[in-house]
Amino acid sequence: MKEELIVSGKHLPKIYPDLHLWHWEISLYLFLGGLAGGIIFFAAYFVIMGKEKAMPTAVKWASIVAPLALVIGLGSLFIDLNHKLYFWRLYTTIRFQSPMSWGAWTLLLITPLSIVWVASYMKEMFPSWDWKFKFLNKFEAFVIKFRKPFAWIMLILSLILAVYTGILLSAFNARPLWNVSILGPLFLVSGYSTGLATIMWISQNESERKVLSRIDLILIAVELFLIIHLFMGFMAGTQVKQEAFNLFLGGPFTVSFWVFVVLIGLIFPAVLEIFELRGYHVPKWVPSLLLLFGGLVFRFVMVEAGQITRYLY
Amino acid sequence: MRYAMAIDTNKCVGCADCVVACQTENLVPHGYCRDWIVEKVDGTYPNLDMIFQSERCNHCDNAPCVRCCPTGSSHIAEGGIVLVTHDECIGCGACIESCPYDARYVHPDGYVDKCTFCIHRVDKGENPACVDVCPTYCLHFGDLDDPNSDVSKALKDRNWYVLAPEAGTDPQLYFLR
Ligand code: SF4
Ligand code: SF4
Ligand code: SF4
Repeated sequence: MKEELIVSGKHLPKIYPDLHLWHWEISLYLFLGGLAGGIIFFAAYFVIMGKEKAMPTAVKWASIVAPLALVIGLGSLFIDLNHKLYFWRLYTTIRFQSPMSWGAWTLLLITPLSIVWVASYMKEMFPSWDWKFKFLNKFEAFVIKFRKPFAWIMLILSLILAVYTGILLSAFNARPLWNVSILGPLFLVSGYSTGLATIMWISQNESERKVLSRIDLILIAVELFLIIHLFMGFMAGTQVKQEAFNLFLGGPFTVSFWVFVVLIGLIFPAVLEIFELRGYHVPKWVPSLLLLFGGLVFRFVMVEAGQITRYLY
Repeated sequence: MRYAMAIDTNKCVGCADCVVACQTENLVPHGYCRDWIVEKVDGTYPNLDMIFQSERCNHCDNAPCVRCCPTGSSHIAEGGIVLVTHDECIGCGACIESCPYDARYVHPDGYVDKCTFCIHRVDKGENPACVDVCPTYCLHFGDLDDPNSDVSKALKDRNWYVLAPEAGTDPQLYFLR
């Protein structure tokens, strides 16, 4: 029998024999970033389409969640840094080849802007609201005057934010599971879907929920389509790609991926949404909760599984 | 100038002196290492082949760890040596995720650390600590652009391989066989 034995004297905590450096902090950030991106995108989209009146939750109420999610996500990223006191080094340079660099700059822009967005609707949401200071009132009037261009900026930033959550991982050639360009669009669609789930959960308006539900069904279909493509790519790939694939086909991530992400997190809520559109009564929090749960598990699985995959030499 | 290292797998006995020399020279914290020994056995019993590889950062010419670093802390210094500036590093770990050779680690002080080719010695015209300590003289260091350097001479009449060339990083550790 042909033998092959490799013994390594390397001893590095968290690096060897299996890399496991990034954990829940990164997964949670990827989840919240996508979710905030989704909420901001739809708020901006409906403003651009002139549907502010018809979609009050998407435009106003749900957008309160976006800055909260971003701030928690940023906190989570910060916790993950090992040399925390030097975090400001991110903002002394822009490095276009590093997705983490332009991601950090995008966050620096979109987080305060998402707060401005909410602030500009405060008086509509709470009629007795008063900004107290004159310059704040002036600023508000300015934002309201340029609401459409503002919405365009937010729309574009939300795209970058959500795509970035996927590209952050796909940029690592060393980890074959991550190094697929489809991860950007997949995380974008999945993030937008979790954003929609949040809006639908908050929404009290029957007709608004129907519109959102229809869009969500399209997103879920696209997501399933991209997942199939992802795995077809692995199957047709080199040995390291096939080993990445095996983690999900009989390997340790089989159940968490196919049952929790695909079945419970995508197919179940899609079926429930279809039932709801057909007039059956479905408690509105059920499909939303399942979608959010699936999205979160998806990011945990991708972060953990990706670090196990590697080049063999 | 292009610094590189040639490692003679026919001569290496796996004594790990190079590992200890590095840990001592560079005050590598306890429980970590910048270089390490890999033992490879293959063949059909009883005809087995065994070689040792003394491995470290490959100081890749196309270094993904440098490209993905968001602060510019990971950079390429004179002669192609890949370095980390400690007080620019935020410890995000992107470079660790990007290295196909798992050559980097998080130093207990928070920044990311790895082999520097002992640049503090090389700058003075000396060899890296591992090269000088090796009892079998199987490590060869120097400038590939200089035909008279130790490494150029070692590579001249020998077959060599690099690790995981398919990862596309253009590694600069050459293993002689
Ligand atoms: S010191 Fe030399 S012989 Fe000993 S393990 Fe290192 S490279 Fe091999
Ligand atoms: S071996 Fe790893 S750490 Fe060293 S230069 Fe190459 S990619 Fe960077
Ligand atoms: S851990 Fe440090 S050296 Fe590595 S990518 Fe992050 S900032 Fe750069």
